[in-house]
Amino acid sequence: MELKKYLLTGLAAATLFSTFQACKPKGASEAVSGNAAEKAYVAPGKYDEFYNFVSGGFSGQLSVYGLPSGRLLRVIPVFSLDPEKGWGFSEETKPMLETSHGNVPWDDLHHVQLSKTDGNYDGRWVFVNANNTPRIARVDLTTFRTAEILELPNSGGNHSSPYITENTEYVVAGTRFSVPVDGESGDVPINTFKKNFRGTLSFVSVNKDNGNMELAFQIETPGVNYDLSRAGKGVSHGWFFFSTYNTEQANTLLEVNASKNDKDFVLAVNWKKAEEYLKAGKGRKVSGLKYAHNKYDEKSHTSKTEFKTETVVLTAEELEGLCYYIPCPKSPHGVDVDPTGEYIVGSGKLAALIPVFSFNKIQKAIEGKQFEGKFGGIPIIKYEAALYGEVEKPGLGPLHTEFDGKGNAITSFFVSSELVKWNIKDLKVIDRVPTYYSTGHLMIPGGDTKNPDGKYVVAYNKITKDRFLPTGPELSQSAQIFDISGDKMQLILDFPTIGEPHYAQAIKADKVKDKSVKIFKIEENTNPYAAKGEKEARVERKGNEVHVYLTAVRSHFAPDNIEGIQLGDEVYFHVTNIEQDWDMPHGFAVKGAKNGELLIMPGETQTLKWVPDRVGVFPFYCTDFCSALHQEMQGYIRISKKGNNVPLTYSLGTNLPQETTN
Amino acid sequence: MKTTTGMSKLHRTLLILCGLAIVAVIFLPIWRIELDAAQYPEGLELQIYSYKLAGQVEIINGLNHYIGMKTLHAQDFIEFTVLPYIIGFFALAFIAVGLSNRRNLIYILFFAFLAFGIIAMVDFYIWEYNYGHNLDPNAPIKVPGMSYQPPLIGYKQLLNFGAYSIPDIGGWIFILCGIILAYCVFQEWRQSKKQLIA
Repeated sequence: MELKKYLLTGLAAATLFSTFQACKPKGASEAVSGNAAEKAYVAPGKYDEFYNFVSGGFSGQLSVYGLPSGRLLRVIPVFSLDPEKGWGFSEETKPMLETSHGNVPWDDLHHVQLSKTDGNYDGRWVFVNANNTPRIARVDLTTFRTAEILELPNSGGNHSSPYITENTEYVVAGTRFSVPVDGESGDVPINTFKKNFRGTLSFVSVNKDNGNMELAFQIETPGVNYDLSRAGKGVSHGWFFFSTYNTEQANTLLEVNASKNDKDFVLAVNWKKAEEYLKAGKGRKVSGLKYAHNKYDEKSHTSKTEFKTETVVLTAEELEGLCYYIPCPKSPHGVDVDPTGEYIVGSGKLAALIPVFSFNKIQKAIEGKQFEGKFGGIPIIKYEAALYGEVEKPGLGPLHTEFDGKGNAITSFFVSSELVKWNIKDLKVIDRVPTYYSTGHLMIPGGDTKNPDGKYVVAYNKITKDRFLPTGPELSQSAQIFDISGDKMQLILDFPTIGEPHYAQAIKADKVKDKSVKIFKIEENTNPYAAKGEKEARVERKGNEVHVYLTAVRSHFAPDNIEGIQLGDEVYFHVTNIEQDWDMPHGFAVKGAKNGELLIMPGETQTLKWVPDRVGVFPFYCTDFCSALHQEMQGYIRISKKGNNVPLTYSLGTNLPQETTN
Repeated sequence: MKTTTGMSKLHRTLLILCGLAIVAVIFLPIWRIELDAAQYPEGLELQIYSYKLAGQVEIINGLNHYIGMKTLHAQDFIEFTVLPYIIGFFALAFIAVGLSNRRNLIYILFFAFLAFGIIAMVDFYIWEYNYGHNLDPNAPIKVPGMSYQPPLIGYKQLLNFGAYSIPDIGGWIFILCGIILAYCVFQEWRQSKKQLIA
């Protein structure tokens, strides 16, 4: 009896326990269904359908993935040193990281913008922003290399950047942290934020032919935090929308002090009007600035820094019709414009609804002066007058919205960790899918263009936890691809990312792949230190500088025996890869080099500076396995005491001096 | 009415057309050697014109140093200075024979053309043999008993490279002209026999 009772009690307890277990929501592992693998599978040797350019966050780099496979194709160094490619280590690339503060070898790369023509991606360039030391970079899609970096004056934290207009007329940069303007007048008490801090919006023009950037003008606005921005398109072309927070103008404990207002603003900027004001001479020339403009030239394989000192500033408060505020709930983060340009979606980080504004209504409100007052001298449009409608109960903490081109929007939710699909016209939620975990940005290929390719949506998540094998306390972040071609969004793949992915964009591979450069033509190499053949290989002394004009070809350097260098000399290895064959880079490293290695593409010249610190014989070698005789691709350089009489000699294939003692 | 020594109009027209086509051969690639390897999925090719080498000559030269093969340079080939004239001569000869309307000339042309074809192929073979066999003894890669003579025509595996040697557009024109010429000769010969019997 006793035994039976115990057994029954035990059974009851077990049943109860398992029932409770069953009540728990299903775990992430169960979220993948049937044919997911098939949809993300790209067979070996086959190409992906899309290039996905993913920001590397605090890695300062831009990564390139293939979609839908999630395969990492390339990491492009932009604002950060990259020892793998010699970026920032070679003499030729050092100027790219130059700023008014000197060489800044790191940054925080947040957002990605593919260049556009007629509101669609044209596959020419990718623009990215540096959040810490405000900069914008342009990456060339024929070489997948950073071609240009422009520093921005009067800014602190370039976050709402590098969003672009529909024909790449302008790349913008809105300062995340309002700051006093550059110069000595900026030495003010921090608690004078309201009086002295300004929010600068920079408009950088892009040359149609070569992509070169210039700081065209800046708009000075009352001090708030600028978060994100988007250009109008179609009907709203000519306007730019910036989300703001900290309209409380707090300068301390923003977590609390900048979350007080029920609504902050979306700032609508009429940049066509700005152009008119500039033409009319309403711009104020500001000089005494210092900001760096760095360009890389693929003919000389060298970069140059030019310091600029001036810009033209428009003051928003003084120029009617230039700027309008639109109230937007709860510290808006993303401000996204639908493919038609008519609907502007604001996403309050702490909100439980999504306001959708109508461009048409905004125009009417401006005409009818439906204002509810001013902020810092700029009119505030009445919320209802600008509002098309609100998406009710979409989730908690909307951040960003992309568009599928079929009349729907998909919004990412950080707090409730999900993607939510809703219809733009009726503002009804259609579908929701959990993400693992806490999505920041999301991306649909072409999702910010006039013609999105609504096949996939990728969620770039802030928290990874248990999604991959653990790797200690530091985990890679995760991206997740969902198939959105059907009615329900379907998770098909997780893949880890480099750094922290913020925004990303994806473009049809066909628009980029055939323009990819394979080699640099050696006869077009204008680097002053190029040796365009072994006959030009040599060593020259200029005072205590020794210039080694080295050639690299499978599988030797010329020259590979160098003597007559003295302690105190600075040695410059100018290595020219004289190969003219695809995928045949050579590397160069020398013992004790304190800066890094070189990785030299066919036809290219790169320079490594090496200051020997002791006498002896130092090997150098090729670091990129180039051929069956790669391990033989090496040389020696002999360092003697200062004042020694060892003559400067160099050779290849002969033993000098001939077996004698010297 | 045909004379016993004249040729058919069709054959004469064909000969003149062949002559014009052969003029084009001077400017077109005559032969090609395609190379494939695991590392070269896109393939490498060497094109032989009457007056130059084309294709990825530099890359092939770069690779050949591993096995100690001499590098290819157009100036090392006397053929490239002579060949355009010989081809030009045959182009004129085809046209001249076509215009001349003398049957015995077509026989001479045929044998001359055949001889040229044979000599050209023998010459090509000798070059291939020399390049494939006269290897630098200091070459990094030495495989005992291995030579690297490309095939005269067809496919052959040379270490990690597959070599495929075939006529290029100019070569095909040449071959086609040869066939047409042979056909004309044969028909004319039959015609002459008929006339003889008659």
